[in-house]
Amino acid sequence: MARITAGIGSSHVPAIGAALDAGRTGHPDWAPIFAGYEWTRNWVAEQQPDVIILVYNDHASAFSLDVVPTFALGCASAFAPADEGWGPRRVPIVQGHAKLAWHIATSCVLEEFDLTIMNEMNVDHGLTVPLSLVLGQPSEWPVRVIPLAVNVIQYPTPTANRCFRLGEAIARAVRSFPEDLNVQVWGTGGMSHQLSGERAGLINREWDTRFLDQLSADPDALRTMSHEEYVREAGSEGMELIMWLTMRGALGPRIRELYRFYHVPASNTAVGNVVFVPTE
Amino acid sequence: MHSTFEDIPGTYVFTGERAIEGRHLNRFCMSLMSAANRGRFKADERAYLDEWPMSEAQKQAVMKRDFKALLEHGGNIFFVLKIAAVDGRPTQSVAASFAGQSSEEYAAMMRSGGRNPAGLRSISGRF
Repeated sequence: MARITAGIGSSHVPAIGAALDAGRTGHPDWAPIFAGYEWTRNWVAEQQPDVIILVYNDHASAFSLDVVPTFALGCASAFAPADEGWGPRRVPIVQGHAKLAWHIATSCVLEEFDLTIMNEMNVDHGLTVPLSLVLGQPSEWPVRVIPLAVNVIQYPTPTANRCFRLGEAIARAVRSFPEDLNVQVWGTGGMSHQLSGERAGLINREWDTRFLDQLSADPDALRTMSHEEYVREAGSEGMELIMWLTMRGALGPRIRELYRFYHVPASNTAVGNVVFVPTE
Repeated sequence: MHSTFEDIPGTYVFTGERAIEGRHLNRFCMSLMSAANRGRFKADERAYLDEWPMSEAQKQAVMKRDFKALLEHGGNIFFVLKIAAVDGRPTQSVAASFAGQSSEEYAAMMRSGGRNPAGLRSISGRF
């Protein structure tokens, strides 16, 4: 039986990938971030997950505005790093798990959770930067990855509650997959940041801290929060945090927080990383 | 339903209404993902822009690299950033321009904790 053994929350700031790829990890702007991920990096290396279901958003790379799926599940056997305008990141091709992905798609759709099925998709920094932060710079990724792309750039974006419930539906699907697999769910994006308008550069440390507290202890408070409150408090791109709720929903009611890291800034953004394990 | 977004100062939320206005602007931006199109755009910006059914205000905003105007005319931030990528201009420099800050001022603000949301949450509530 496949089982979900952990959830990880992580920012996916593109500049972190650029710093890593250019070998600037020792630079004072970046060194604290890589140091802050060291615990998670070591822990995941020990856990040796077989599959990561990685919840992220595409940033005008794989999807134009011609077609805007709310939830798109990567069912292909491999996903190439996207060219985001300056050449693809030189990171390994992401190996998928088509059988588990199709099982999740089937289970969710039959439960009336209608996912878009992606048989061809490039993956941008939203997916590859968290992989780099947690898995380092191997020649091949040591784990299979099922990408789950969530629309958070064209409104209406899904509600926080819908994202949470998708996590619950994914957990039911994983539990009914017959193969013995150690599965982690990662929610990525955030934390507070805003790239445009006169509020560009907004960071809300107090709100981010409360978000992390509530994510473990009182996720219902975050599920019922309106889009307006996410944007007002966490900035227009802080909306990405709804993707952390899919991870939280997949873990079940009770969890233990093993690790937390928070840092300002990475370029325009507050960086967060948490590691949760389900306790029942 | 979007009136509460409009109560948040200095913030663009990319609604359906903005998507309608920005349809061809954002398509033009996406076309810059191809190196061949980037080359044609750089060779003659006006001629390349004229291939798209965009408004004159949108075309002027592109040529002036006026990112605030691009968003006001329906641009989506992740799409208009592709124009900055053509210029080799970092995202941080575009972000700084929205608030009328230099890149240096903005970077220093970020290093000291970012822009404080106090007073920037609600126009009507003044908090």
